[in-house]
Amino acid sequence: MEKDRLRRRTFLKILGLGSFLATVGLSIPITVRFLFPRVLFERPSTFIVGRPDDLNPATTGLRVYEDWKEEYGVWIVREGNRLYAINARCTHLGCTPNYFADEGVFKCPCHGSQFRSNGLNFAGPAPRPLDRLRIYINDDGMITVDRARLYTYKDFDRKGAYLKL
Amino acid sequence: MENKSALWRWIKGSRVYKSIFRHGYEDTKKNRILQIRSNVFLHIHPVKIPDHAYRIRFTWCMGGITFFLFLVEVMTGAFLMFYYTPTPEQAYRDMLYLRYDVPFGMILRNMHRWAAHLMIFTIILHMLRVFLTGSYKPPREFNWVIGVTLLVITLLLSFTGYLLPWDQLSYWAITVATNMIGAMPFIGHEGPLSLLDRYHDIRFLILGGSEIGSNALLRFYVMHIIVLPVTGMIFMAVHFWRVRKDGISRPL
Ligand code: HEM
Ligand code: FES
Repeated sequence: MEKDRLRRRTFLKILGLGSFLATVGLSIPITVRFLFPRVLFERPSTFIVGRPDDLNPATTGLRVYEDWKEEYGVWIVREGNRLYAINARCTHLGCTPNYFADEGVFKCPCHGSQFRSNGLNFAGPAPRPLDRLRIYINDDGMITVDRARLYTYKDFDRKGAYLKL
Repeated sequence: MENKSALWRWIKGSRVYKSIFRHGYEDTKKNRILQIRSNVFLHIHPVKIPDHAYRIRFTWCMGGITFFLFLVEVMTGAFLMFYYTPTPEQAYRDMLYLRYDVPFGMILRNMHRWAAHLMIFTIILHMLRVFLTGSYKPPREFNWVIGVTLLVITLLLSFTGYLLPWDQLSYWAITVATNMIGAMPFIGHEGPLSLLDRYHDIRFLILGGSEIGSNALLRFYVMHIIVLPVTGMIFMAVHFWRVRKDGISRPL
């Protein structure tokens, strides 16, 4: 009799403690998951730049188009017959640089990093050139930029990092 | 007692008064103990304080001043909440509104801001005094640990509060700071040895998105007005309780 009762007590103790620990243990991953929203109301990652002819005037050399910077944080740059999309996000700690067309320099207001018009860093704490984004011709024949795919300077010659005009 | 008015005597003799205050004013040992022990706030305090604990040149009263500034933050913060809305559309507009139109809004914001700055300053002086007087040594080593937690909570309060005005300074400061967080090893997507992308790392967890937007503002707000202050108050209570239980240190 006496033994039986003790066994039941131990069983209930394990059950109680076990379910308590399980609840507490589970609540941690659940809370973390809760804080990762399923749906984001952020800007879509792709946008249309235009028809290839729009960006192909007869001039040569390097040209920075600022038209998409305000809305999408992207500079479209034409260098010879190459077209690429520079991510307007400083490679130091992520502020948005400004382009000074007369000097041909991108300057970051946060800690003074500077980049040439092709994105090459030459002053300040930025550790690498400005990153580039995937640029391609979509099914409708439009130049499209995908801001979710990033290329760092080692991959600038990879397919997708630039378009041949 | 005799020269008190009849009204005063009636109040003090009434059932209502006696139900709230169970002790008198007499300066007797028993009554002093009663005064402290029958008060939920004061009972964290020791009944008797040794003389040396009053020596301003020993404590600098820096812990006390820090606590006072925290109370200033709670008060002014609660008043700010009457006019502040944590959304990208309204936050900065409310700042301007507080600044130019709300009666006493400007001084309210400035009190909140300067007390926050001062609080960091006095916390550091408090730590310095505890260090210089060797008060962190046993048996008080655990209270030093609690103190470090309180310092971190205060710094996080400043950090989360900084985004709330939603102006250029706050936006870019939080951009830089959260990008630093995103560069942490393993848990940040730009950090070394990390397998995460920018939608699954620690920075995303903090911002509630891959960029600083309404989710980030709301998260910082909730941390700033509920989570951190309440956690801070709990740790402060333990901090003060430990000062009492360990006994305040004495000068040599
Ligand atoms: C219960 C306590 C607190 C409440 C309810 C509270 C509430 C608020 C609110 C509503 C704002 C936005 C309005 C504004 O920016 O002026 C704010 C801003 C701010 N808070 Fe607090 N706060 C509390 C404690 C603290 C503490 C302890 C600190 C730092 C030690 C702090 C630091 C800041 C800072 C730096 C700002 C930005 C102020 C500005 O630029 O005007 N807050 N707080
Ligand atoms: S973020 Fe651009 S220089 Fe620091």
